[in-house]
Amino acid sequence: MKGPGPTPLLRVRNLVKYFDVSPPLITRVLNREGRTVLKAVDGVSFDIPAGRTFSLVGESGCGKSTVARLVVRLYEPTAGSIEFDGIDLSTLRTRKEMEPVRGRVQMIFQDPYASLNPRWRVVDIVAEPIRTHRLIDNDADIVLRVGELLEQVRLSPADGAKFPHEFSGGQRQRISIARALASNPDFLVCDEPTSALDVSVQAQILNLMKGLQRDLGLTYLFISHDLAVVYHISDFVGVMYLGRLVEWGQGKDVFRRPRHPYTRMLLEAIPDLEMSGKQRKAVAGEVPSPIHPPSGCHFHPRCPYADDRCRAESPVPIPVASGEVACHGVEEGRLPDRASSTAA
Amino acid sequence: MNDRERRPLLEVENLRVEFPTRRGTLVAVDDVSFHIDEGEVLGVVGESGAGKSLTGAAIIGLLEPPGRIASGQVVLDGRRIDNLSYEQMRRIRGREIGMVFQDPLTSLNPLYTVGRQLVETLQTHTDLGDDEARERAIALLSEVGIPSPRVRIDQYPHQFSGGMRQRVVIALALCINPRLIIADEPTTALDVSIQAQIIVLLKRLCRDHGAAVMLITHDMGVIAETADRVAVMYAGRLAEIGAVDQVINHAKHPYTHGLMGSIPVVGHDADELVQIEGTMPRLTAIPSGCAFNPRCPEAFEHCRAARPDLIAVEDSQVACWLYDPSVERAVSLE
Repeated sequence: MKGPGPTPLLRVRNLVKYFDVSPPLITRVLNREGRTVLKAVDGVSFDIPAGRTFSLVGESGCGKSTVARLVVRLYEPTAGSIEFDGIDLSTLRTRKEMEPVRGRVQMIFQDPYASLNPRWRVVDIVAEPIRTHRLIDNDADIVLRVGELLEQVRLSPADGAKFPHEFSGGQRQRISIARALASNPDFLVCDEPTSALDVSVQAQILNLMKGLQRDLGLTYLFISHDLAVVYHISDFVGVMYLGRLVEWGQGKDVFRRPRHPYTRMLLEAIPDLEMSGKQRKAVAGEVPSPIHPPSGCHFHPRCPYADDRCRAESPVPIPVASGEVACHGVEEGRLPDRASSTAA
Repeated sequence: MNDRERRPLLEVENLRVEFPTRRGTLVAVDDVSFHIDEGEVLGVVGESGAGKSLTGAAIIGLLEPPGRIASGQVVLDGRRIDNLSYEQMRRIRGREIGMVFQDPLTSLNPLYTVGRQLVETLQTHTDLGDDEARERAIALLSEVGIPSPRVRIDQYPHQFSGGMRQRVVIALALCINPRLIIADEPTTALDVSIQAQIIVLLKRLCRDHGAAVMLITHDMGVIAETADRVAVMYAGRLAEIGAVDQVINHAKHPYTHGLMGSIPVVGHDADELVQIEGTMPRLTAIPSGCAFNPRCPEAFEHCRAARPDLIAVEDSQVACWLYDPSVERAVSLE
């Protein structure tokens, strides 16, 4: 059986998104070049059980935000399927068919300064999904509902009369959350919701999100580059590298016993608060360009355990404890245990 | 360590930075005093708007008008530098003080090759000839870990990745062997794996060159593994300053305490993070008394009435009435 739970709310299979980044036709003809394709997401599969949080982590450019945008259908996938509560989203062609799903899936964006219309009052921003989906007809009830939503995110109903610029970053992110909740969704896609915020405000938002999940039974797809935030909030964690999911599993499992060399490398790079003065192991090298990814396993140029097979052949995910890992070394059992790898 | 032998390279005394506006004067940095010894890394942490970057800018004389140093003084190696003319200050910047800013793309000129920028900086402050300066620039690039520096030196900033660009900026800051380096969020724009490389590099270079470093960041993890001492700023004032281990593991000030608790940590299972209610006050509305009192779980009457000054508690200095024995309701230290 594949997947962490019996009835996943979201089931993603072999999701692929290519972007055409070719130079203009005339340049291509003159230089005798073909098309250039950026493989932003290259065959990603995972499940998210209802009421849980699945996080995608990885360095910038690994494709995690593209997955988020594919799931809410801001992008059309090149191939693969996204099944939401048993409905295959790729079969929904018209607006009308999409509508019932649209309300149930909402997104929270990274930048609370850019994602709220500065010329709208908060009450109108939060009411927009209610009006779009015609959930409530009369205006007085809409205002009441908006007040409720604002209270749910620990703002006051009176804040509805204000404009976004009157709020701090953390409060704006609360407004985004209230707007996302307005259409009674059961699934929220959160793309780096706290990375523009200070730590004390980040703690407020993370606590709020956890509380809402408990109270409303929400399911989250959480995108972040901050491993500590991911550890705190997730039930399941997927690690992405250059468009591929290299490892996923239960959060605590991935963090306690990371199997893929890339996951180990990322975890070793986290600054440690408790052991002051400890030398952090620097990760060698940088993420290569996704336009010309390395052959075989994308990670092999930075991997200390790479051999000829890694350079030639792309690894297939194999099941491990609570998830899957895509690594020839793990499959062949030739990677040292984590304890010995840190000692070395 | 041999702290006794160290002497302060930089001394900042009662620094106050003001912004005169039509509606009155805003005090962005208020009565801040600290020192950095030779070869020491002082971390300065705080949330956005705490005044940490302005403190750095005031030290190097790069405050944007109308911001100005209203009182206090900055002493570098026994010499007062806050009252120098623009031209005198310009000579000190680069030769004695190096700077590393947050965004490596905006601190490099996109129209010049990396080599030209390094050579220009070198020749401004030394009398190296063209060839010598170029050789020195290549040596610097290889010192900061840029592969094939002979090729890279003739490339433009856009041909470098973020981490590589930050290395170039560090090379620029180090090229005259400054005594003091002010690094303002040097790793914030970078991925965690690249961040580690840059931190290791900064630390090694400081050790090799014996420079003092003021590291401004909001990332406690970076501070924990880099700094010798930490200063915590809140609303333009120092809340707490002390050895890194003291401040991080035995925070005294309720703000530091909350700040540390609000950071999620891998391996720490907590259902809820510690939450400091509210947000930092705006400069136009700094509360009376201790600026932290409206958010402080331990605040009492005296906190609203009077501003605490830094007092020595164990090995740290803390600005909090809880630790002042002359004030009633003070906690006893055990």
